[in-house]
Amino acid sequence: MVAKILVVDDDPAVAEMIGIVLRADGFDPVFCDHGDHAVAIFRAEQPDVILLDLMLPGKSGIDICREIRAESGVPIIMLTAKSDTVDVVLGLESGADDYIPKPFKPRELIARVRARLRRNDNGAPGMVRIGELEIDVTGHRVARDGEVIQLTPLEFDVLVTLARHPGQVFTREVLLEDVWGYRHAADTRLVNVHIQRLRAKIERDPENPEIVLTVRGVGYKAGGYTP
Amino acid sequence: MKLTSRAIVMMLRAPVRTLWVRWTRSMLLRVVTSTLVVGLVAVGGIGAYVTTQIRDGLVDKRVESILSESASDVAGTQAAILASTAETPGDLQGLVNDQLASIQLGAVGRGFVLLRAPSNASLVFLSTFGSSQPGPPLDSVITQSLRQSIVPGGSQHWQFAVMPGTNIPAVVVGAPLYVKSAGDYELYFVYSLENEQATLGLIQNVLALGAGVLVGLVLFMTWTVTLQAVRPVRTAARIASRLADGHLSERMRVHGNDEMATLATTFNDMASSLQRQITRMEDLSRLQRRFVSDVSHELRTPLTTIRMASDVLHDHRSEFEPSVGRSAELLAMQLDRFESLLADLLEISRIDAGAAQLDFENHDLAEVVRYQLEGLVPAAAEQGIELRLWVREGENTASMDAPRVGRIIRNILSNAIEHAQGQPIDVAVASSSRTVAVVVRDYGVGLSPAQVARVFDRFWRADPARARTMGGTGLGLSISREDAQLHDGALEAWGSPGKGASFRLMLPRGSGGLGVREPLPLNMGPDDFPAIAQRVTLGVEAVDG
Repeated sequence: MVAKILVVDDDPAVAEMIGIVLRADGFDPVFCDHGDHAVAIFRAEQPDVILLDLMLPGKSGIDICREIRAESGVPIIMLTAKSDTVDVVLGLESGADDYIPKPFKPRELIARVRARLRRNDNGAPGMVRIGELEIDVTGHRVARDGEVIQLTPLEFDVLVTLARHPGQVFTREVLLEDVWGYRHAADTRLVNVHIQRLRAKIERDPENPEIVLTVRGVGYKAGGYTP
Repeated sequence: MKLTSRAIVMMLRAPVRTLWVRWTRSMLLRVVTSTLVVGLVAVGGIGAYVTTQIRDGLVDKRVESILSESASDVAGTQAAILASTAETPGDLQGLVNDQLASIQLGAVGRGFVLLRAPSNASLVFLSTFGSSQPGPPLDSVITQSLRQSIVPGGSQHWQFAVMPGTNIPAVVVGAPLYVKSAGDYELYFVYSLENEQATLGLIQNVLALGAGVLVGLVLFMTWTVTLQAVRPVRTAARIASRLADGHLSERMRVHGNDEMATLATTFNDMASSLQRQITRMEDLSRLQRRFVSDVSHELRTPLTTIRMASDVLHDHRSEFEPSVGRSAELLAMQLDRFESLLADLLEISRIDAGAAQLDFENHDLAEVVRYQLEGLVPAAAEQGIELRLWVREGENTASMDAPRVGRIIRNILSNAIEHAQGQPIDVAVASSSRTVAVVVRDYGVGLSPAQVARVFDRFWRADPARARTMGGTGLGLSISREDAQLHDGALEAWGSPGKGASFRLMLPRGSGGLGVREPLPLNMGPDDFPAIAQRVTLGVEAVDG
C-alpha cells in the first residue's frame, strides 16, 4: 500500500520540492497551502502522516495540530523554520510527534516519515499488563478496568517500549532511538513532552505518576511492577 | 600549654572579628565611639585643670589667713608674757597656760603645741604641752626641718602636713616664744584644712556630675545627628541594591529641601535615567530578537527548497555529464557551508540580542567530551591524527547546557585538528571542588601571542591564505567563547609558534561561579597528560599508521 502524506506548507516551492522527494521514494503526497483548509483536507484524504508547517496563513500550525489530535492519532511531523525553544515545545505539546527544522535534507525527511510509518510490533507477547493497565500490543489497545484509553501510535509505542521491560531504566537517548528512530542524539525534549502527554492520559494523578516513573538524571522506567 | 594559648587565641578571634566587622561596617558605631573618646579626654583634662585651680586658690587664701592669724596670736601672747610680772615657775606655767587657752578660744580647727627650744639652757622647766583635743597628740606632725628653721627671736615658719591618724591635710605654723626666766620656747599651731577639703570634694562631685551629663548629652547629640545623616545613606544603599536586583521602579522618598533631599533627588534621577536606558536596551534587544527570528524564517524557507533540490541533483550526479555532475557536487558542498554559516550568524545574533536560552542539567563533562571526540575520530584519522583522551579520576559533573558545551568542544577540537599538522592531539578532563575543565592541546603550527589575542574575534583567521579543510565558518571560536560566558565559565587560548596551541574550557559546577583553583593548567606539555590523568580508550579507535 502506498502511504499517503499530507503536506501542509504555504510556500509553493517548498511544497513542490517535498512532493518531488516524497514521490521519488514511493509516497503519495497531497498538498494544502492554507491553514483554514488543512483540517478539512485531512478529513477528506485520511493521510498516513502529516507534514505540518507551523507558520501558515489563516489558522496556525499549532491550532491545526490540536484540532487533528482531538479526532485522530495520525502521526504529525512539524516543519519548523524557527528552532526557537518555545515554538518547538509548543508544537510538541499541541500533539505533534516529531519535528524537522528547516532547512533539511531529503534523506532526513524520508527517514522521519518512515520512522513514523513503522509500527513497533516486533513479535513480542500480544498482551502486556502493567499496574492497572492492560495493553493489547497486537490490537493497539490500552484499557484500564475494561475502559479503553485513546493513545496516539507514538504514545502507544512509548508505553509498550517501557512496559515490555518493567523496572528497566530507559534513557531519553535510548527512547529516541527505539521509538523515534533517531540513531544519533536528538532533541531530548521530544521525550519529555511526550512522556507528559502520555502520563496525562494513563495516570490517575499525572503529578504523582505510578506507571511511567522518572529516574532522576537518567531517564524513565515503567512502575507498577513487583519483582 | 601551647594548645591552651592557641585555644584562647581561637576563642578570642571570633568576637574580635565580629567587633571589627561591626566597626568597619557601621559609621554610627565609629562616630559615636570616637566622640565618646574625644569627649572623655577633653572633659577629663578640663576637669583636672579646673580642680587644680580651685584647690590652689582655696589653699592659698586659707594659708594667708592662717599666717596672719597665727602671727597676731603669737605676737599677742609674747607681749602678754613679757608684760607679766610672774617669776616663779608655777606662775610662769600658769601664765603661759592662761595665755594659750585665751588665744585658743577664738580659733576654730586649730590645735597648738608648745615645745622647749633645743637651745634653751634655763634651769626653769615649763611643762610643754599641746591643746586638748580628740585624736592622737599633734607632736608628730612637727618635723625636724621645721623645728630647725625656728630660731629664737626669728619669724614664723610654716609647712603642709597631714593630721595624724587621718588623711586630712593640715598647715603647721611655728614661731619662737620667749618666756622670761624660762628661756626660749617654740609655739606651733596645727590648722586642719578639713573644711577646704570638704569644699573641694563638693566642687569635684559637682564637676564630675556636670562632665558626665555633658558627655552623655554630646553622645546623644552625635548619635542623633549621625543617625540623621546615616539613615538616608542606608536607605540609598538598600534601594540601590534593589535596583541592582532589577526592581527598576524603586525610588527614594524625598523630604524637605536639605542636602539629604538633594541626595534623594539626585539618586532618583540616576535611577530614572538607568531605567530609561535599560528599557531602551530591552526594546532594542527585543527588536533585534524579532529581526533575527524573521530573517531566520525568511531565509530558511527558500533555503529548504534549494537544499532539497541540490541534494536531489547530487544524488543523481552520476547520470549527468562530468561538468554538470561536478557542479551539482560543488553546489551541495557549498550549500553545507552556507547553511552552517547562516546557522552560526543567527546563533551569534541571538547571543548578541541576549536571546540565548540555556537548558541547564547535570552532565559529566568527560562523557560530553568523549562523545564529541568519538564523532571526530574519522575526520582526524583522515589526516593521520591520533586523538588521546585523558580523564583525571573524580567527579566531573557540572550543571550545563549539554548541546552548547558539546558545540564548544567540537569547535575547539575541529580547530585543533585543522592546525595539528598530523601530530597527535591530547585532551584532558579534570575538576576541582567548584570547577570542571577540559584542555585541548595540539602540537601543530601554534599561535603567536598576537594571534592568541585575536583568536576569538569573529571571522578572524590565523592565516587567510591557508586552505580550510574542516570548513569552519570563522565564527566557531567566537560562539564558543560566548557559550562559555553564558555558562559563567571561561574559554582561554595559549599558543607558541611551531609548538602548538592549547584551549582550555572551564565551567562552574554549580551556581557559585568558577573557583579560584584551576583544575588544569592552560599550557600543558605532552608529558603532563599521563602525569595527571588516566588515558581513556575511545569507542572508535583511530587507525594509526
